[in-house]
Amino acid sequence: MSALTTNGSAAKNSGGFSLIKILLEGRAFFALIAIIVTFSSLSPNYASLGNFLIMSNHVAIFGLLAIGMLLVILNGGIDLSVGSVLGLSGVFAGWLMQGVELGGLGANGVILYPPVWAVVVLTLCVGATVGLVNGVLVAFFKVPAFVATLGSLYVARGIGLLMTNGLTYNNLSGDASFGNTGFDWLGFNRLANVPIGVIIFAVLAVATAVMLTRSAFGRWLYASGGNERAAQLSGVPVKRVQIIVYVLSGVCASIAGLVLSSQLTSAGPTAGTTYELTAIAAVVIGGAALTGGRGTVLGTVLGAFVIGFLSDGLVIIGVSAYWQTVFTGAVIVLAVLLNSIQYGGPRKR
Amino acid sequence: MSAVKTGDVVLAARDVAKSFGPVQALKGVNFDVHYGLVTTLFGENGAGKSTLMKILSGVQKPTSGEIILDGVPVVLGSTTEAQARGICIIHQELSLAPNLSVRDNIFMGREIKGAFGVDYAEEERQVRALMAELEEDIDPLARVEDLRLGQQQIVEIARALSVDARILIMDEPTSALSAAEVEVLFKVIRDLKAKGVSIVYISHHLEEALTITDHAVVLRDGAMTAYAPRAQIDLEWIVRNMVGENFDLGSPPQGYDFGAPALAIKGLSVASHAGGLAVDAMDLEVRAGEIVCIYGLMGAGRTELMECAAGRLKAVAGHVELHGRDVSRLSIAQRINAGLVLVPEDRQRDGLVQTMSVGRNLSLASIRNFTRGIFTSRRDEEVIVRDSIRDVTVKTDGPNAPIGSLSGGNQQKVVIGKMLVTDPTVIMLDEPSRGIDIGAKAEVFRLLAERAKAGLAVVYTTSEVSECLSIAHRIIVMRRGEISATFPHTTTKEAIMAASGEQLVA
Repeated sequence: MSALTTNGSAAKNSGGFSLIKILLEGRAFFALIAIIVTFSSLSPNYASLGNFLIMSNHVAIFGLLAIGMLLVILNGGIDLSVGSVLGLSGVFAGWLMQGVELGGLGANGVILYPPVWAVVVLTLCVGATVGLVNGVLVAFFKVPAFVATLGSLYVARGIGLLMTNGLTYNNLSGDASFGNTGFDWLGFNRLANVPIGVIIFAVLAVATAVMLTRSAFGRWLYASGGNERAAQLSGVPVKRVQIIVYVLSGVCASIAGLVLSSQLTSAGPTAGTTYELTAIAAVVIGGAALTGGRGTVLGTVLGAFVIGFLSDGLVIIGVSAYWQTVFTGAVIVLAVLLNSIQYGGPRKR
Repeated sequence: MSAVKTGDVVLAARDVAKSFGPVQALKGVNFDVHYGLVTTLFGENGAGKSTLMKILSGVQKPTSGEIILDGVPVVLGSTTEAQARGICIIHQELSLAPNLSVRDNIFMGREIKGAFGVDYAEEERQVRALMAELEEDIDPLARVEDLRLGQQQIVEIARALSVDARILIMDEPTSALSAAEVEVLFKVIRDLKAKGVSIVYISHHLEEALTITDHAVVLRDGAMTAYAPRAQIDLEWIVRNMVGENFDLGSPPQGYDFGAPALAIKGLSVASHAGGLAVDAMDLEVRAGEIVCIYGLMGAGRTELMECAAGRLKAVAGHVELHGRDVSRLSIAQRINAGLVLVPEDRQRDGLVQTMSVGRNLSLASIRNFTRGIFTSRRDEEVIVRDSIRDVTVKTDGPNAPIGSLSGGNQQKVVIGKMLVTDPTVIMLDEPSRGIDIGAKAEVFRLLAERAKAGLAVVYTTSEVSECLSIAHRIIVMRRGEISATFPHTTTKEAIMAASGEQLVA
């Protein structure tokens, strides 16, 4: 029984599998193909496995941020603090790696060198804490997400600067005699020739995708982002969902901070400045709606690759950094334009 | 233009047809609007009323056919063009800017320019003159958001009049008004008629529309099925022509005994947004298998009562018991698990997740039922969704169809189906028939009656008296947060309306 509903919009929605529709749905994918083809023809160095892995390593950083951002955007919010949390996490990890002075002053003081696993766990806790503050402000105090996370953007950045006095922690490799070596493993090592950062990004992406499509929490998230009131009346714990997405976003930013500072073997308080915007751009290019409820991990990952491969490609063929900014901006506007074409139509009755 | 007199045809549609792709929304409709009279358009959702109105007001162009204004064929390319010819439409959702004053709203987009920018004094003077004409005491400088809904409607009408509208199209103007406000609106309509304004009126509220109309036109499936002046018609005639047969919303299911009390509300008080109490120390007991109808005007406290019982609103005092167990402290999800569910009044705002498919909307309230460990089971969900689509007879292309592709009635069935899937013992429905056509209404009521027979306790609210006298065993009238009367199902419309504080308008 498939009685056709009799209003106009139904016909419009289910109307055929046109080429335009396929192009529209898979736009991030086609854009990525176009970028790879274009730059491969412009530079012989672009299309090599080695280069793809290097570029992927760059993509991994804001890809990690973008996955956290996707969760928040699916919920109908926004998290502007991720760039700062990335920076703060790097600094925090660096501070722990330098050894923490405990107790008394001068010679009597005990300097504690936590092992790397403890550094990682404590750093993730920092990201989770900032996320928790964001989530509570948004869910319980009804502070608009834009404002709440703008506030934490400044606070987190400020704390990072205070901790280092504006300087950079340079020696993160630890000391064998203190038993805290191995921090650079994250950024330098490779498994089967694939950088660890890329692997972490891939694992996190797959885990998030499974969570979104197969778990009750994923369904709650899509529902509360699509219509919070309806979700609430259907028994979805909307406030809990809201807080959790900000915590997860903060944790993602901390992971990105750890990977980045490990890659650089240094932790500067200004790392990750404006990365939140790149992350938002990746999510939007990936087809997610800023109004919430629509978006996928695959799209976001593709979006991150589009931005990363585009800007690295421009570097490789020697285009000025100023032009890169222009291109990135144009891609974002185009993506939003296509989003509104895709989601704008069926809304009207 | 020669002198026109009351009853002359000022605007006519001749063989107007409109197709959207393969779907024919209008199949050659003839329609007359008479000078100084009210013509009401009756029809179910999807019968083509809105399409016809959009064509008459220049929002859409007909696929074929003509529009004749004052005897001359015209092409209305846009709403601005229609407005220039004196045709104005007032949509169901008001198009006012709530943050601006009445004056600014009325002159929005066509401000009177003086020597130094906008001539606010002149605008204000004109608004005062308009309000005096409408005999309405609305301050031109008041902000629209501070006005009551009925007053906002008057502002819309004033705006239409300020552009010299001769033909005013009103789409469901009373759907959000209280009885007193409806009275004011009707008085304004009568005044407008006397001034020579022709009115096209659309309403789902048949009884109300009958009190104001001079002519009735009934649409069904995009074609005009009947046309008659007021003197020759009654409610039954309209319904018969709308649905094509004698229609009846059912009668209370009989032949079984009610079970133990399922829902008991004891001394429940709920605060209102405006301050004071929306629900004032109310008691209500519903037994298994019983259907209770709560009748009341807007603002009588029905919605607050139900939302509080469902866990959305906090109670100021009193408690809610389900099968003798106090559930007042439970969350919405816990109450759903315990068997107490609510189908909210506004399905777009509170009922549906527009970004999800039909199937996912149906399974939303019962995700735990098909979650195994941490993962949801697609197979189990499919079974739940398929059974639900069949049980509540949702007409859809399938579980993956977008929810927006369904008609209002089918969307409502999805919202009801979603809650029935959770296997409740008590279901509360807030205005389940709002904005759905009479066919779907009958189906919804039949479904509820069936479930009641199987032991479900049903409480529903309505603001149409004819719906009280359908499947309900007991009718409760609410007024200002209290129960003002209780009737058996054998009561009369007049008794119910009198208890609610409204008069049968003759």
